Amino acid sequence: MAADMSETHDALDDHVYLSLTDGGDEGDARWAFGTGFADPLHGVATALPEGVDAAALAAVCVALGDDALVSAQRLAEWVTRAPELEEEMALANIGLDLLGQARLLYARAGQADGTGRDEDAYAYFREAADFRNVRLAELPRGDFAFCVGRLLVQSAWRLALFERLAGCADPVLAAVAAKGVKELTYHRQYAAEWVVRLGDGTAESHRRMAAAWTELAPWLGELYADRTCEDFGVPAAEVAEATRSVLGQVSEAAGLAAPEAAPLPGSGRSGDRTEHLAPLLAEVQEVARAHPEAAW
Amino acid sequence: MPSSASSSPGDTAAPPPEQDLQAHFDRTIARDQRVEPRDWMPEGYRKTLIRQIAQHAHSEIIGMQPEGAWITRAPSLRRKAILFAKVQDEAGHGLYLYSAAETLGADRDDLTQRLLEGRQKYSSIFNYPTPTFADVGVIGWFVDGAAICNQVPLCRSSYGPYARAMVRVCKEESFHQRQGYELLRTMMRGTQAQRDMVQDAVNRWWWPSLMMFGPPDDDSPNSAQSMAWRIKRHSNDELRQKFVDMTVPQADMLGVTLPDPELRWDEERGRHHFGTPDFAELMRVIKGDGPCNAERMARRRSAHEEGAWVREAAVAHAAKQAERARAEDKEYAA
Repeated sequence: MAADMSETHDALDDHVYLSLTDGGDEGDARWAFGTGFADPLHGVATALPEGVDAAALAAVCVALGDDALVSAQRLAEWVTRAPELEEEMALANIGLDLLGQARLLYARAGQADGTGRDEDAYAYFREAADFRNVRLAELPRGDFAFCVGRLLVQSAWRLALFERLAGCADPVLAAVAAKGVKELTYHRQYAAEWVVRLGDGTAESHRRMAAAWTELAPWLGELYADRTCEDFGVPAAEVAEATRSVLGQVSEAAGLAAPEAAPLPGSGRSGDRTEHLAPLLAEVQEVARAHPEAAW
Repeated sequence: MPSSASSSPGDTAAPPPEQDLQAHFDRTIARDQRVEPRDWMPEGYRKTLIRQIAQHAHSEIIGMQPEGAWITRAPSLRRKAILFAKVQDEAGHGLYLYSAAETLGADRDDLTQRLLEGRQKYSSIFNYPTPTFADVGVIGWFVDGAAICNQVPLCRSSYGPYARAMVRVCKEESFHQRQGYELLRTMMRGTQAQRDMVQDAVNRWWWPSLMMFGPPDDDSPNSAQSMAWRIKRHSNDELRQKFVDMTVPQADMLGVTLPDPELRWDEERGRHHFGTPDFAELMRVIKGDGPCNAERMARRRSAHEEGAWVREAAVAHAAKQAERARAEDKEYAA
């Protein structure tokens, strides 16, 4: 009896491993997508609707895609460095969401600008000067206070944008934004909880959180002034107001002054860069550029 | 299925003598039933399980490092997403496993401390370097594959929480293994430089992967007791043989050569004959002299130390919140 059972079990044990070479390639795209099986664009018409300015659409997709890619890269730098396992999980989760958003936005940019470029062409084969992310996203990783502070700023701002873009004239951008709203709501919640914990926690954590706000504040003006999405029915002033309001509320709960400072000159949306983007991209692009003929 | 040891004695009755508890435990094991957290268990069984589960958890956490290093450099956004998700899964596995150890009375902070002080080990495989992106694929194929061979039988481990954690872990591991193998298949269809990279990674990881099954059976002091307790279900050498038999046809299909001149099909035994791994090397790596032991521990320690102020802040905030809630309750009561 025992022997029979053991043989049955062995057969079951083998099954998992032996299935490896089954199936060939046709199913791979689905399971390997990385962040989930559902195609968020399933059933969405990808033809450019009449009246949508293709160049403007491409510009929005590239700008929002660059914000997401650069932010995901900074979050990836936290892997194996987070203060707790739960934070490893959360930061990776958020990084993956943003990476997913970048991929969809780049794919739409390639359709809109007429080049037919794929997502990797935008991520791996453009120079720092061609990127249009806000400069806040490219600032170095910093400490955990800076990480959650920046995440709160970016997710509050991006959520305010996406809530409004979800009703825009381009069905693909609208679908990407609608999917992103759910993700960004969680990102904002996660970041807000940590800003409050750190502001309220110990003298050391309060000092660090206040220092993060001081460091971040001069970069916020660029976000508030960004008019990239105005052509798609998103008033910059409204988004700025919504973002300020969140930062004010969370800061108050954290026992901190809200981050306000005179904005630094220039704008990442116009192609102004800090010294930090080029090294970040060098790392992103290192392998892809060493093997330009390769397939991955 | 919980055994009935936890429910049989009434609250007021004197506890049953230890030999009855032992007999009940032995029957549970003999019937292949599960031992659950509140059941009586021999101290040796508890200690062995804590050690094994903690080492497994530590391996998941340290195992994030060799591949995690490639997330920022993955050569396509699809590969970046896959790898990011995989490394996140490993953090998740670490979490379930530490939780399973806590059901035995262990404490996660204490286990972490033991890892950081070098008093508990993690799998020696993670002390090897990952110099190229092909290593990501080969780790998925070999290391996750070997982990599956080791862990699928653990889904039937006698300790319930561990067995249940392993069901979920194994599902995700087999997903990771498929992803690794698929990366290698794609690379083998690419450029000559990519094919060379894959073969080079295979050459470097093959022997350390065979060592993942542990020392040979006649030199594995803890195995017999673990098998008797059904914490472990197959011997090291059985699992190693199974891994080789499964991997050889996969290597053929991929078009790579496994770096073992002795490797051949043994018609008589109906299994592959293969060379002996360098177990002296395994012992050196376990003792701390592998190529990356110091680097892995240094990273884990620095993350832990740099995060101390964050964890302290979370504790302080929670205490303040509780204090404020109490003060508010008093106000309402007054």
